[in-house]
Amino acid sequence: MRRYSAFAIAREAARYHSGWGKAWSSPEPKKKYDVIIVGAGGHGLATAFYLGRNFGITNVAVIEKGWLGGGNTGRNTTIIRSNYLQDPSAAIYEKSRSLYETMSQDLNYNVMFSPRGVMMLAQTQAEVRGYLRTAQANALQGVSTRFIQPAEVKKLVPIINLDGPRYPVLGALWQDRAGTARHDAVAWGYARACSDMGMDIIQQCEVTAVRREGGRVVGVDTTKGAIDCDKLGIVVAGNSGVMAERAGFRLPIESVALQALVSEPIKPCMDVVVMANTVHGYMSQSDKGEMVIGGGADGFNNYTQRGSFHHIEETVRALVETFPMVSRLKMLRQWGGIVDMTGDRSPILSKTPVEGVFINGGWGTGGFKATPGSGWAMAELMAKGHSPLTDEFSMWRFKEGKFIDESVAAGVAH
Amino acid sequence: MSTRLATGGRLLDKGRQVSFTFNGKRMTGCAGDTLASALLANDQVMMGRSFKYHRPRGVVASGAEEPNALVGLGTGARFEPNQRATTTELFEGLSAASQNHWPSLDYDIGAVNQAFARFLPAGFYYKMFMFPRVFWKHVYEPFIRQSAGLGKAPDAETRDADTYEHFHAYTDVLVIGGGIAGLQAALAAGRSGARVLVMEQTPHWGGRAPVDGGEVDGKPAEAFIDAAVAELEAMDNVTLRLRCMGAGVYDHGYVLGYERLSDHAPGADGPRHRLWRVRAGQVITATGAIERPLSFAGNDVPGVMLASALRDYVVNWGVSAGDRTVVVTNNDDAYRTALVLLDAGLNVPLILDARAGGGGALADEARARGIRVETGKGIAKVKGRARVTGVAICAQAGEGAVLEEVPCDAVAMSGGWSPVVHLWSHCGGKLNWDDALAMFRPDAGRAPTGHDGAPFVAACGAANGEFGLNAILKDANTAGQTAARATGHKPGRKGAPKASDAGDEAPLEQVWLMPQGANIKLRMKAWLDYQNDVKVSDVQLAAREGYESVEHTKRYTTLGMATDQGKLSNINGLAVLSNVLGQPIPQAGTTTFRPPYTPISMGAIAGEARGALFQPIRRTTVHDWHEAQNAYMEPVGHWRRPYCFPKAGESHEDAVQREVRATRDSLGLLDASTLGKLIVKGPDAGRFMDMMYTNMMSNLAVGKCRYGLMCSENGFLMDDGVVARLSDDTWLCHTTTGGAERVHAHMEEFLQTEWWDWQIFVANVTEQYAQFGVVGPNSRKVLEKLGGVDLSKEALAFMQWTEGTLAGIESRIFRISFSGELSYEVAVPASMGRAFWNKLLEAGKEFGVTPYGTEALHIMRAEKGFIMIGDETDGTVIPQDLGLNWAISKKKEDYIGKRAQARSYMTNPERWKLVGLETVDGSVLPDGAYAVGEGVNANGQRVVQGRVTSTYHSPTLERGIAMGLVLHGPDRMGEVLDFPRLDGSIVQAKIVDHVWFDKDGEKQNV
Amino acid sequence: MLILHCPYCGVMADETELHGGGEAHLTRHGPGSSDEDFHDYLFAKENPRGVHFERWRHVQGCGKWFHAARDTATLEVFGTYPAQTTEPPKAIRKAITAKRPGWTWRGFSDPAK
Repeated sequence: MRRYSAFAIAREAARYHSGWGKAWSSPEPKKKYDVIIVGAGGHGLATAFYLGRNFGITNVAVIEKGWLGGGNTGRNTTIIRSNYLQDPSAAIYEKSRSLYETMSQDLNYNVMFSPRGVMMLAQTQAEVRGYLRTAQANALQGVSTRFIQPAEVKKLVPIINLDGPRYPVLGALWQDRAGTARHDAVAWGYARACSDMGMDIIQQCEVTAVRREGGRVVGVDTTKGAIDCDKLGIVVAGNSGVMAERAGFRLPIESVALQALVSEPIKPCMDVVVMANTVHGYMSQSDKGEMVIGGGADGFNNYTQRGSFHHIEETVRALVETFPMVSRLKMLRQWGGIVDMTGDRSPILSKTPVEGVFINGGWGTGGFKATPGSGWAMAELMAKGHSPLTDEFSMWRFKEGKFIDESVAAGVAH
Repeated sequence: MSTRLATGGRLLDKGRQVSFTFNGKRMTGCAGDTLASALLANDQVMMGRSFKYHRPRGVVASGAEEPNALVGLGTGARFEPNQRATTTELFEGLSAASQNHWPSLDYDIGAVNQAFARFLPAGFYYKMFMFPRVFWKHVYEPFIRQSAGLGKAPDAETRDADTYEHFHAYTDVLVIGGGIAGLQAALAAGRSGARVLVMEQTPHWGGRAPVDGGEVDGKPAEAFIDAAVAELEAMDNVTLRLRCMGAGVYDHGYVLGYERLSDHAPGADGPRHRLWRVRAGQVITATGAIERPLSFAGNDVPGVMLASALRDYVVNWGVSAGDRTVVVTNNDDAYRTALVLLDAGLNVPLILDARAGGGGALADEARARGIRVETGKGIAKVKGRARVTGVAICAQAGEGAVLEEVPCDAVAMSGGWSPVVHLWSHCGGKLNWDDALAMFRPDAGRAPTGHDGAPFVAACGAANGEFGLNAILKDANTAGQTAARATGHKPGRKGAPKASDAGDEAPLEQVWLMPQGANIKLRMKAWLDYQNDVKVSDVQLAAREGYESVEHTKRYTTLGMATDQGKLSNINGLAVLSNVLGQPIPQAGTTTFRPPYTPISMGAIAGEARGALFQPIRRTTVHDWHEAQNAYMEPVGHWRRPYCFPKAGESHEDAVQREVRATRDSLGLLDASTLGKLIVKGPDAGRFMDMMYTNMMSNLAVGKCRYGLMCSENGFLMDDGVVARLSDDTWLCHTTTGGAERVHAHMEEFLQTEWWDWQIFVANVTEQYAQFGVVGPNSRKVLEKLGGVDLSKEALAFMQWTEGTLAGIESRIFRISFSGELSYEVAVPASMGRAFWNKLLEAGKEFGVTPYGTEALHIMRAEKGFIMIGDETDGTVIPQDLGLNWAISKKKEDYIGKRAQARSYMTNPERWKLVGLETVDGSVLPDGAYAVGEGVNANGQRVVQGRVTSTYHSPTLERGIAMGLVLHGPDRMGEVLDFPRLDGSIVQAKIVDHVWFDKDGEKQNV
Repeated sequence: MLILHCPYCGVMADETELHGGGEAHLTRHGPGSSDEDFHDYLFAKENPRGVHFERWRHVQGCGKWFHAARDTATLEVFGTYPAQTTEPPKAIRKAITAKRPGWTWRGFSDPAK
């Protein structure tokens, strides 16, 4: 693989960039792989990457029904944080956040991880107590957060209105090494690195059936023919239920549309990510200058990647209330993605009733931030049969009543 | 130079001069001008700088598709960035500033990027800025952000000076677009009697037709338009809106309209924007078409414009972009521009027709009028930097060898037309590729479908890929009639009017690069996306690197991601991509069209709901009194409740401590009206109550009260409160503040979907009563003083209620206590709430009556060891965790949550249990602190064994008190736990009983 | 923005008037049920891409719960009916068959079969 660097660009500039090769190859599938990952989104590609990097398993195919990174990887608001309350969540999200710190160098692909800081506003006394508790928990989990006072909030976010008539800002939970990254680049960077390890990324290929013999997986049928494998990882956010059914089991997951929007680009005026859970809005400013805004999820099952406009209205209202100058900006574009919701809104990383089949899904509204950690943990789970990072995220926890509920401290948004 | 012409300008009122400023320079235009036309009239061709290379950019279009001419408009609280000059109507005093340059539009430091353009190809940032790692945050990103963004951000403290409103509208047929197609469709539908709403984004009816010419029913198109508008205006069932854009089409016939009421008259009375939320039976998109640029080197130099735009400026606004205009085209339509320019007395030295065979009748006419027409030729390169000075001509078939240079000061280009299919596509309408006309057009067989599964959107006219006047009118007439029929109306048989068809037109030829074999140096100067600076070479590079899907290419190069969302660039970029990949254009497909069609203001989206209307505050009957006392209020549910009532100079902490002491010593008053009150009534109410609550409620005697716990079906404690049995078949359930709606919904859900044969009504009467806590040793005395009801220990025992007339006001009195004191809650009709409160205050004077807030309430309940929903519970706690087994009936077979509580993890003895926590040093435990155990877990996290759920300084005990959930807590009384503070220091606390105050209940038992 | 017909008050109700309540025709499993059944009752919800039966409450209107048969991929509504029933009415099932021949959902399918 051609290394990327400023020098490489300078060299290529001399010949008008005619020498760049493919970032990843697009081969025809082989007859058999040790591991097949279904879904070439960020999580699937990261799983493949760490199978190779950490466990030397490189006879791997990543099969994608559309284009790599074309699902929720490219539809989210790119927030990365790990200020979670419950231990299992904090563990995997902090692992993930720490992997983002070095991802550009690890992949030799600039994913523009920008640790600009994430702030969660406390606008009720209950929220103050909730975030104080989270700060306490984070301190013991090795996650660096602190509770800050309104004056510091204003210093970090000059455009905020601290004294809204409805919900004054009483403080905030602040994680300074949280931030954002360029979402597409995460998928592209992993794809390039996987391809470089000799893995096959097979796009435009749908898995139509999971072949089993005696309760264990032996391969898949695809629109490009049958492919054998020893292990199968299903990493298909938005379609987890559908794929699980093809593998012969049911998942406690429902799929709903989640929306987001961006404003027209303006000169930088907000350097941090702000989440206001009481009023249901969150916003950051991209390096292009757009205000990136997360909206609400529909309350019904939906596979259309569209959503209802009233959620956008509610979100924008909340933001105009929190950042009054937003009123003078314009919405450029809104879009939707399909997110998988579990019974406790936390993900499932688990073995399944079918031996050799593993599932990674149910990330709800918070999957992007988990991409590298999820891949790391899933790779360990698939290679070794268990991982301390995934133990608590089993699909059977609902039967025991052992939930991982993050709504305790925060509101809607993940 | 560009200038105002002596003739032309059908939209202008030349008698009315309008003065405005651009970058501080005073200029003059006419009423009817757009900012773009007025700038051209003042020879201001350059209007901005591009995003990446800061190239000088002039206006290229005349409407909503404009990518270049973006300005910051207005000042102060009315400033708005990124306004398109082409859709900004000129008004007196308008103040505009160009964007994306420093220090000025003419001298821009950022333009140095052009010199480095070779080092900044598509996606360069993915390949560099990686080393050393820390540089991204501290060096590279700040640098990139410095150059990020387009327009200036409004000031941080901006409070929008304008207002906005929302309209709801219901219509049978919604016509989007008021050109001749839209008008004809509206006529056809309106004549059937169907309700019709027509939206036109510009301030004028008729669209392009008056500019493009042609006759309808033997009269000029303009006459047809006037007649059509007059007929529509006369119909009661038709509503016409100008300056109103169809912004988005959503599921089930929901459409968003965006009406700009006073953008052209800032400060006028009334709202600035109106957001229309329309439910339409049928939607007709008559949104016209947009001309495409041609991709040749230097196609972004100011003075290079769309042929149709040049024509618009001459005909509509009487301005010329230049004296000498070279026309370059791959179709016949651009010849119209050449002829219009001639008519206006301007010079067209040359028409370059890329087609070897040249044009049809219009080309003949151009030749006949003396214009030199070269076929099979194109532009190798545009000369000039900040302004076109000439073009170098080449053979279209070649690689760009220059045959000749022709001086000129404007270039009119046309690469064909793309129907505006955005609104058709928003909700899933599919497209077909029309190879003859080189465009995507709506596939009527795959229209967006509504709630009934039937199509609800139809495109007509140019938006449907129809271009001749006759074809457009016929198509529109059919669309209008079909839509009327689909909404249950009978359209007449009236056909479309007859139009004069243009003469023979020669077919367009697809030209995606000019010349077709352009070398890399030319391709690096051939712009696709003007605003984001994406060139032909960028798309080719992306494809070569494997970013083959149209979405990959878009995201890798940022093609079509600018504020124009690729209206000019998407098809051209797609064609370039397809050519590299050697696949037909339809195989590559388009990117997804997303609302809105053009950006709409956040203010309009938020509408009226801002400030006090953002989330209107629910007010109790004594809310005003609280505010008059300068109570410190906190948001709770939909209310704001007093947290405490500080006296002058008193801190909140001190006020709270005083309130507790005063209540425990004598008499406190609490506005408890926010507590939810639900009536459950009916023959089956008893067994229903037994299902809803964990304890037995059916055997509660009339006249008595019982504390009840309510769980979700998943087992978790969701609400609590005192239940009173009012009569044989009636129970009154108190819920937490803000819990009434949730609990009511919970009850209704089971009532309607599980036990629908049970005979019960549930009514939420929270708003019907004001309720006050009268608390403290003197509570009985003050109520007796009010008089009217026997409240003696014998007449009204603890956990009983009674009714009567207190102080002449009808009251229901509950003898219940959340503080451990002798205490009553008195409910009176809401209308009497304030009166009763006043009487309490008056009568309480002699006892030093002290109103108290939520924090004193919390402290007193904690002193007494009562749990608080939201503190001791957080959605993961079951009653068994809180030692509330006494409130869980063992006799009942079932209640909501019982099965869930039998699951293995719920019965696990390792669950944390409620205890009291007494700090060794008497200090207050930090909120939310955790008790640490030994070592770390498998993920390296500190092992914990408990946490604080409530913590306060108790004025009664004069020390810190806390409750918490602790592993095996109740079995570890007396053990001392370590609670780290956030600063790392440790607070030690002993596990104790969580009832701190009056364990035997003697204070309330009087 | 969905619009659904409320079978109680007869209006076409905007989604903003409604509250979605998840899968319809659930059988409640209480004390005595198996872990499996109870888990499925609460968590193993149908999540099809296609024909789906779901609950809605006309919360800002008449307050009544009703059921809708809807396609989750196209959002087409085949019909709505009161929630006080244990299975979809025959007319609704027939209406679905007309649009989606061969459909099945849990134990339900084309009434002709």
